[in-house]
Amino acid sequence: MRIFLLVYGLLFSSMTLYFIQQKTLQQSLEDGEAIYQDFCVQCHMSEGQGVPNAFPPLAKSDFLKNNLEQSLKGVKYGMRGPIKVNGKSYDGVMVAQGLDDEEVADVMNYVLSNWGNKLEAQITTAQIAKLSK
Amino acid sequence: MAKAIPSFFIIWGKISIVKKSILILSAFLGSFTLSCAQENTPKIETPENPNYDYVTVVDGIDIPWGMAFISPEDFLVTEKSGTLYRVRNGQKTAVSGLPEAYVRGQGGLLDVALHPDFANNNKIYFTISMTLEGDEGGNTALYIATLQELSLSDVALLYKAEPNTKKGQHWGSRIVFDDNNHLYFSVGDRGNRDVNPQDLTRDGGKIYRLNLDGSIPDDNPFVALDGAKTAVYSYGHRNPQGIAIHPQTGAIWETEHGPKGGDEINIVRAGKNYGWPKITYGINYSGTTITDDKALPGMEQPFYYWIPSIGPSGTAFSSSDIYDGWKGNLFVGSLAFEYLERLVIENDQVVKREKILPGIGRLRNVKEGPDGYLYVGVEGKGILKIIPKK
Repeated sequence: MRIFLLVYGLLFSSMTLYFIQQKTLQQSLEDGEAIYQDFCVQCHMSEGQGVPNAFPPLAKSDFLKNNLEQSLKGVKYGMRGPIKVNGKSYDGVMVAQGLDDEEVADVMNYVLSNWGNKLEAQITTAQIAKLSK
Repeated sequence: MAKAIPSFFIIWGKISIVKKSILILSAFLGSFTLSCAQENTPKIETPENPNYDYVTVVDGIDIPWGMAFISPEDFLVTEKSGTLYRVRNGQKTAVSGLPEAYVRGQGGLLDVALHPDFANNNKIYFTISMTLEGDEGGNTALYIATLQELSLSDVALLYKAEPNTKKGQHWGSRIVFDDNNHLYFSVGDRGNRDVNPQDLTRDGGKIYRLNLDGSIPDDNPFVALDGAKTAVYSYGHRNPQGIAIHPQTGAIWETEHGPKGGDEINIVRAGKNYGWPKITYGINYSGTTITDDKALPGMEQPFYYWIPSIGPSGTAFSSSDIYDGWKGNLFVGSLAFEYLERLVIENDQVVKREKILPGIGRLRNVKEGPDGYLYVGVEGKGILKIIPKK
């Protein structure tokens, strides 16, 4: 019985750890790149350079740097209306892509870790789950 | 210049055969590289004094994907996020009774079309991204339903592409009819290009042909092929988002998104293979090669291809005399460059390309209304009507 309890306890705690443990940044970046290639690349392009006058760049983006929460909400729920990115004005619509919270976190970790952006702290699924429209 | 040419020949005569061959080779390679990077001809023009204008018929639609006219003042518009609108005299109202779309990536509520006998039976068709099997992901489905005022009833599934996938890309889809009571609709490769488009036992990357009740015609090209999806009419497509019936010949003209470069116009014929991804004029978004082949035996060449990609959305022919010189021209929406492309076709060649409504916004769809006017769906705007300038 004692052995059973010990094994059970070990199993239980390791499983709990497994489920609450945050996804590693490396895994998140890998998954985020796949999401980017599937859902974002058509407009924001392969190096995050965007399309002049149509789709704002994600590379070295001052908008991402200064408006992180708005950007996260934008990816989760979609966004519209005039914004200024790296000195240029855009006035378009980005519809929600139907990504779940984990996918939003992954793709934003990827974007913020590339093309001259800076990921200050890993974006987590829990953080995205808390965002309201 | 007159002197330069003889002196070139004098110098040419003095250099060795080895050097000559190097020069010829590099000149050849140089021109080859240039021709690859160049925009496909004919070069697109932008008229300086356009002889048209536009009015907004209905606004406030984010992605007006499909359009179907009951009359010029009464038509249906799909919004990709999953709403079907009935627009009457410029006022839009949501139609109830639609199944809930699986909205992900490029998927959602897609095209809508009236039954050829709509005036008597009030039936409509629509294509929509769906999860029906209880698993994850989705694929393109075709439905029929009865439209009464502002509600749908007798909603029935006619076709569901399989399997479901969480990929966001390439759902198609457009719906058209021929004169012999056949319905055609498209499904893109669903982000699985190496598996779906060339495999006749799988859905995706295909144009389908059905009877109006959803049954499969006996004379479909692959009815006798073991294991084939017998609704398939043509295959090897990437993402067909435009289909139009030629007003004179009745042929099925299709536009599809290529990768980076290599958007295509195809004339779709029974049982033909349009080559994706075995042949293409495009490359990966990252710049890497998909295939070295632009042509292979048993695979159809496009009628026309675009380099760079314009992002072809809907397509329509102008068959009316309303616009000066536009009769018989093909119109294709450009999502990427935000205009309506006018293509003049003579002797099976595109001889002229022109930007209509340059900078208007992401142009999602174009249709000729029953009044002969061209209507376009523009993202973030709504439906615009193009009118000739007096």
